[in-house]
Amino acid sequence: MYGLRDKYAIAGVGETAYTRNSGVPVLDLAVEACLNAARDAGVDVKDVDGIVSYNFGDSAPAIAVATALGIPNVGYAVDFAGGGNAANLITLSAAAAMEAGLAKKVLCFRAMNGRSGFRLGGGREMLARGVTQHTAPFGWITYPQAMAMWARRHIVKYGTSAEEFGSVAVTFRENASLNERAMQRAPITMDDYLASRFIVEPFRMLDICLESDGACAVLMTDAARAKDMAKKPVYIMGGAYGGGPDQGEDLFDAIRWPDHSENYAAYIADDLWKSAGVGPRDVDVAQIYDCFTYSVLMQLEGFGFAKPGEAGAYCASGAIRRDGELPLNTHGGLLSEAYIHGFNHVVEAVRQLRGECGPRQVEGAEIALTTAGAMTCGSAMVLRN
Amino acid sequence: MNEVSKPIPVADAETAPYWDGCREGRLLIQQCADCRRRRFPPHRLCPHCHSANADWVEATGRGKVYSWIVVNHPVPKEVYREEVPYVVALIELEEGVRMVSNIVGCDPHDVAADMPVSVFFEPADGGMVLPRFRPATGAA
Ligand SMILES: [Zn+2]
Repeated sequence: MYGLRDKYAIAGVGETAYTRNSGVPVLDLAVEACLNAARDAGVDVKDVDGIVSYNFGDSAPAIAVATALGIPNVGYAVDFAGGGNAANLITLSAAAAMEAGLAKKVLCFRAMNGRSGFRLGGGREMLARGVTQHTAPFGWITYPQAMAMWARRHIVKYGTSAEEFGSVAVTFRENASLNERAMQRAPITMDDYLASRFIVEPFRMLDICLESDGACAVLMTDAARAKDMAKKPVYIMGGAYGGGPDQGEDLFDAIRWPDHSENYAAYIADDLWKSAGVGPRDVDVAQIYDCFTYSVLMQLEGFGFAKPGEAGAYCASGAIRRDGELPLNTHGGLLSEAYIHGFNHVVEAVRQLRGECGPRQVEGAEIALTTAGAMTCGSAMVLRN
Repeated sequence: MNEVSKPIPVADAETAPYWDGCREGRLLIQQCADCRRRRFPPHRLCPHCHSANADWVEATGRGKVYSWIVVNHPVPKEVYREEVPYVVALIELEEGVRMVSNIVGCDPHDVAADMPVSVFFEPADGGMVLPRFRPATGAA
């Protein structure tokens, strides 16, 4: 995304409670989160004229949410078919839509009953059609199974240790213990991590994110309007979406991906930093897509925070802790706060830049990175206050 | 019930020759008749030169392990309970393409990167035959 630096801003954030069983339809969750984001910005939700989301067929369509909210004039409504890779694509697309004059105030949300309803971690359709005919018949079915293949390749190439993966899980849980919204708040030790059972080697239980019911949303507008709203605006400096060649026939498929020791991040880093006009060393706090521990390492390497193969040691050194040089996933991440498909990372980044995070606040945070994706494609944004 | 069976590959117009080959005990890989690049999975057009002319060439069935996982927790439980632990691997064939399969015939924890493997064919449900791999014997 070029040419839009600081032109669009996040003016409001909101969410529902994050639970194992919401007891309500996904539409209700989406409506609640969107209302909260509009209220947070001090905007009458009826003045919203754009709405964007992403899903796997497990959510409420954007237009259904607009209808439930009684929004009379929708100029831009899009549902991206996507997983975590799209979590920052929807905000970038909202900026693009506003730049094109399609809307002036846009709600972006992700809503899911990811534990009580459609469980991403539990399995996929058993129909082995399309590219799946070459994968599922061999018992390669779930996303943890897909991504363990990537983590293994990192281990093969660089000798990444269990303790290095574990340092990510332990650090994020420590952060979650300071976040009352987090679903998993009980601290864990490295021994707890190492003792957690293997689900699909090399992944232990504690390498794998939560399954959650919930929704979160942000309200975006242009910089001029944002200045007059209720909260301090958080500006989008830059962003990028994409991946390399051979991204595959669906989100699972990476048969032809060139090198599974690196993911999409290596391919979009240049566009991300150039569009934002800053670099990795300028980031005060980062919310990195953590569906699994390994994805954090690959993104730290891809985005230039560590050299290829060195992110494990970087994480284990304590650099990613709240008092380290690059505090990561201060809410606890998908591993410990909730799995709202990476969109909760955007909400946390905004709150950090507003200084609203209480005991887990990173002092003086001015620039934040959010990322989204773990395999062949993904998105990222740089935000500032 | 479908829900308790293993996923069965559904052949389509592009992949039928591949699955027919498996039934005959032959591992067939597409090769572009124009730019000569090999590709997997099978598709009508060459992604490099967009030619629709392709030959099916019989692979040697030899390859090496590129990456692999050991599935400990069965999903769905009722289908794979008796199978775990099992190995799924990305295998690089001598022909230069990568494919997904299982590695059997050794302890799951003996699988290693670059381990030489060779194909064999095993009947599955629905009249399909799956290519599986085991450690190659003899010269690597
Ligand atoms: Zn060709």
